[in-house]
Order: sequence, then C-alpha cells, then structure tokens
Amino acid sequence: MAREISYKAAISEAHVQSMEMDPNVFIMGVGAADPTGIFGTTVEASKKFGPARVFDTPLSEATLTGAGIGAALCGMKPVLIHARNDFLLLTMDQIVNHAAKWNYMAGGQFKVPFLIRAIVGRGWGQAAQHSQSLQALFAHIPGLQVIMPTFPYDAKGLILSSLQSNHATICIEHRWLYEKSGPVPQEPYTIPMGEGNIVKKGKDVTVIAISHMVLEALTAAETCSKENIDIEIIDPRCLRPLDESLILESVKKTGRLVIADTSWKSCGISAEIAALASEKAFEFLKAPIIRITLPDAPTPCSSVLENAYYPNHKNIAEAAKSLVLGKPAKNDNDIFSHKIEREKEFSGPF
Amino acid sequence: MQTYTVTSQLALEIYKSLVRCRKFEEKIVELYPEQQIKCPTHLSLGQEGVAAGVCAALTNGDKIFSTHRCHSHTVAKGANFKPLMAELYGKVTGCCRGKGGSMHFLAPEVGAMGASAIVAGSIPLAVGAALAAQMKGEKTVSVAFFGDGAVEQGPFHESLNFSALKKLPILFICENNGLATCTPISKRQAHGNISKRAEGYGLPGIKVDGNNVIEVWNAASGAAQRAKNGEGPTLIEALCYRWKEHVGPNYDHHLGFRTKEEVETNIKKCPIQRFLDTALEKNWFTLETAKKIEDAIQNELNAAVVFAKESPFPKEEEIFAGV
Repeated sequence: MAREISYKAAISEAHVQSMEMDPNVFIMGVGAADPTGIFGTTVEASKKFGPARVFDTPLSEATLTGAGIGAALCGMKPVLIHARNDFLLLTMDQIVNHAAKWNYMAGGQFKVPFLIRAIVGRGWGQAAQHSQSLQALFAHIPGLQVIMPTFPYDAKGLILSSLQSNHATICIEHRWLYEKSGPVPQEPYTIPMGEGNIVKKGKDVTVIAISHMVLEALTAAETCSKENIDIEIIDPRCLRPLDESLILESVKKTGRLVIADTSWKSCGISAEIAALASEKAFEFLKAPIIRITLPDAPTPCSSVLENAYYPNHKNIAEAAKSLVLGKPAKNDNDIFSHKIEREKEFSGPF
Repeated sequence: MQTYTVTSQLALEIYKSLVRCRKFEEKIVELYPEQQIKCPTHLSLGQEGVAAGVCAALTNGDKIFSTHRCHSHTVAKGANFKPLMAELYGKVTGCCRGKGGSMHFLAPEVGAMGASAIVAGSIPLAVGAALAAQMKGEKTVSVAFFGDGAVEQGPFHESLNFSALKKLPILFICENNGLATCTPISKRQAHGNISKRAEGYGLPGIKVDGNNVIEVWNAASGAAQRAKNGEGPTLIEALCYRWKEHVGPNYDHHLGFRTKEEVETNIKKCPIQRFLDTALEKNWFTLETAKKIEDAIQNELNAAVVFAKESPFPKEEEIFAGV
C-alpha cells in the first residue's frame, strides 16, 4: 500500500530532498527557523541543515524578496516563506517588477529559480488581513508561475518542480490542507508546471476547483452521485501556466461548468476560466457557467459571519444539480443559505 | 580610512573608464535628435566620477546592480559599447535583445547584473547577490548603485539592516545629485546627510566628493576590502551633480528649479577634467597618452554606432522569448 503522509509533511520532505539534491537551495523567512517552523514545514530542514541554510529574517518582506531574486541570479535557489498570503502585498514591487521581469528585460539571459511560499490563513477569526487568497493578483503577471497544490502529492511534486524551473514561483497553500493526508512517494519526483489533475472522472458536470475547494467538490460529488449526477472534478494545481487543454476537454465532454475558487469573483481565477470556456468551448456549453466564490467583501472576524462568508460543498452540489436538471440557476451569490456546521477543521490561537 | 596608492596603470584604467562613460553619453546627446533612439534615456553626464571610481575598485567577479541612470555604471564595469548602443536602437543585438532599452543595461559577463527603473528596486537584488557570494564562500562583493531618492524608499533601510545583520559583502553606493527629477533633496528629506543613515543600522557610512575620482576609488577600495574580509557592508555617499535634464539630452535650467549659473559652475567641477589635471601633475601619464586613449575610444564608439544602426530589429515572435 502506498505510503500516506500529511500535506505539511509532504512540503517538509520536498524541502529536505531539494536541499539534499542541490547545495544551492536554502530557506528563509520570518519564522522559518523558529521552533514551530512555519506550521512544521521547515522543522526537519532546520534540524538537518542548520542555520546556514534555514534562517529567520528581519520583517522586511520587500528586501527579502529582492534578495531572493539577486541570490537566484547568482546561482542560488532560494525559498522564501510567508506565514500569510497577505504579507505578499508588502513585496508586490519585487515580485511583479523584478522577479517576473528581470530575465525578460535581460533578453532571456538569466534564470530566476526562486520559490515563494505563502499561506492562506482561513478560520479562527483571522479577519481581513490574515486570510486572503490572492492567487489572481499573481496569475495576472507574465513571468511568474503560480501553484496551489491541493493534495500532499501535489505539494511535494510542485515544490520540487518549482526549484528545477528557471522562473519565480508563487506557491499558495491553504492551511486547512496541512493536516490532510494522502499517498506520497518517498523518492523525489516532479509535476510539470501547468499540468492539471483530474481528481474525479465524471460525465455530467465539470467542476474546476482550486485548492481547498477541491475537497469541497469531492463532498459535493458524493451528494450528487446519490441523485445520479456524475461530477468531473479538475484541479488545475497550477494557475499560471494554466492547463487549458485539460479544462477544455472536460468542458467539451460534459457541456456544463462550475468553477469553485477560494477567492473573490471579480477579475478572479474563476473569471479567467469562465472566459476560457466561453472563448474556446462556447458551442459545447449546454448551460450558463456558475461560479462559486467568496462574496465581494473582506473576510469578517466573528465566527458567525465567517461561517456564512465561505461557500462550501452545498453550493457546489446545488450549482451542479441546477445545471443538469435545467432548473433556473439559483443566484450563485446566495451562499448564506448554505451555512454548515463545520467539523472541527481548525482552531486557534494562530 | 586607509589611503591606497595610485599606480600609473590604474590611473590609465580610470581615465579610460571615465572617457568611455563620457563619450558614450555625449554620442547619445548627438544622436538623440535623429529620433532613432526610441526610448527614455537618463544621462549621467557629470556623475561619471562615481561609476568609474567605484568600478576601478572592483574585479570582474564582483557584481553591480544599477538604476534607470545605468549607462556609466555598466560602461565603467567594462561592458562593450556595441550591445549597449544596439540596445538603445532597439536592436536584437542589444544587451537585452531589444527588451530593455536605456534603463535596463547589463553585461553579466563583466558582472553588470542589470538595472531597475523602480527607484531603490535593485538594492535588494544586490543584497541577494552578496548573500549568494557569502553562502558560496566566494571572495567577491556586490554593489548597489542608487540615487538620493532611493534613500526615501523602504527597501533601502531594510537592505542596510539585513546586510549589517548578516555582514554581507556589499557596497551601497549612493550617488547624491540632490535631485529627484526636479525636486531638490531639501524638499524630500529632513536632513540630506545620507552617509549618517548608516550608523543607525550598524555599518560605516562615508561621504566622498563624487567629482574626486581618487577619493571615490579609495573609499570603494577600502569598503571592498572590508567586505571581502567578512567585516560586512559599507554605505558610501558620493556627492555629484547631474548636468542634464532628468531624462533626455538637454539642459533643464529653463524650467526654473535651478539656474544656468549653478549648472555652469558645476560643469566647471567636471570629474574627468579634474582627474586629468591631477594625473598630468603627478605624471601618472602624459597628455599625449590621454589623447591616444580618447581617440581609441572614439573609434570604438563610432564602430558601435555603425553596428547598432546596421543591426536587425528583433522578430515579432521575440515578444514571447524569455517570458
């Protein structure tokens, strides 16, 4: 039977193996070498390689990002970690103006193998500045790779892959995935950038789900199967480059499309995927596209508001059913009717 | 501060570097009205003493990172004229294959690692290059060139702190020309004493006269030695004067933010003339030798212009190359 390890253990293993394979790989970040080691993902690397290759940094996100670029230009393979997605906003200039463009502006003479990890801190009242899911901001930018691994297998393979590529990669990790386990080969392996994953085959409705929403989609697929509706779940895993052909193949097969993202709707990844389907598979669509996203509001703190804020498997299941049964599509913004009692997914204090 | 001895050979190298910087940009001034150089050009005429002085203290393995005003830094680090001139003309033979233009010069083969058009943007990259050198155990230094405006940006302060903390082998070279576009430093900073900023972060700060090339070279040599000894970074503030407008080949006193007299007075303090006078006085080389150097550089430059003008443009498919 295949070995099963947690998502965070898979990330940790990817770090350790990449550092064993390549002496130029190093890890830095605020808290990267503290005892908790970024939710446990850097503890092993810290133990094994010590402070010369895994070190804490000042709270200077912009400069540390630039330092990662500069080190990468000089042959290193840096990993910079942020405990929250939101902190990436302090470093947008370095990511967008420098990491994404230095090679291009140099006429393609440079390599920038640089991995930036950032965590989506959903839950326990993290509120508006500690829970954002900002993939769309980065997926907009030519020159960046944006990955959002869902399963432990994806996390390890994509992290190993990112450090073997010549580009800066933004890895956005949803913390509700950290304790989930799944099969992960012991030996190092890579997953090509831009290669999506058919999580579940199906014939009636395509659900393109991002990160944690893949798990919600799997639950939705179980619900729907009881009503003989067969959902196909595609996890792009990588948002830039995006696996267009995998998405289009599925849409052409089912003719129905639901997109479930961990972020907002306006100008988001779901808009991009919907546009892709209407541009390149319009004649195959049997029904309007439905998007399941966050409501257009910052994240509230109160647990009652927080629970209402996040869409879940019920929204996905209802959307899929409405497309197959031809019922008028419910207003997909009406997520508030789908509050669920969460199993104990995550609790504080951090 | 230690005083290093100038040899005749070094003096010749510095003079050659100064003249290459000057003539390259004088040629741009001459050619710009033809409107074949179709990109914004920020000239460093008058500021060459800093680029030449600092780069004379470096080796080929040392790396520099520059700004939108990057011509002299790249030339002084030893770049060939041809790819630079071709880049100004948007040609595929340019140093950026026509993707960068005047603000993004580079010559990685001699350690010129590129230039950012975002003020203070490349300082952290130089920090990263220093970090790489330290981690690899290389005895090289990294140099961040920037202007006085960059001192107002957060990454400048973050970079000083991080570099001092890690004792990184890096030189922070601030070319203080006192202007951000047309806005004087007095309207931007409570005190313009930039070298003093270093003390608060735990690294030495040195102020030098950017028109005195030997003084610049001497300070940079000391800082490079210190960095290579593992003693960490140095901030050098070099006072200098921008002769021309912020961007473009013309003078700008007609705008009224500085007077013609002020500009003329400062042009008389030309770092190259001053260096030549010193060199002749100290018999480092003769006027005849200086003329020979100038003529050779003029020929190199003329050949570069022909090369640039005759080179092909990139093919349209090149838009996607190197993304």
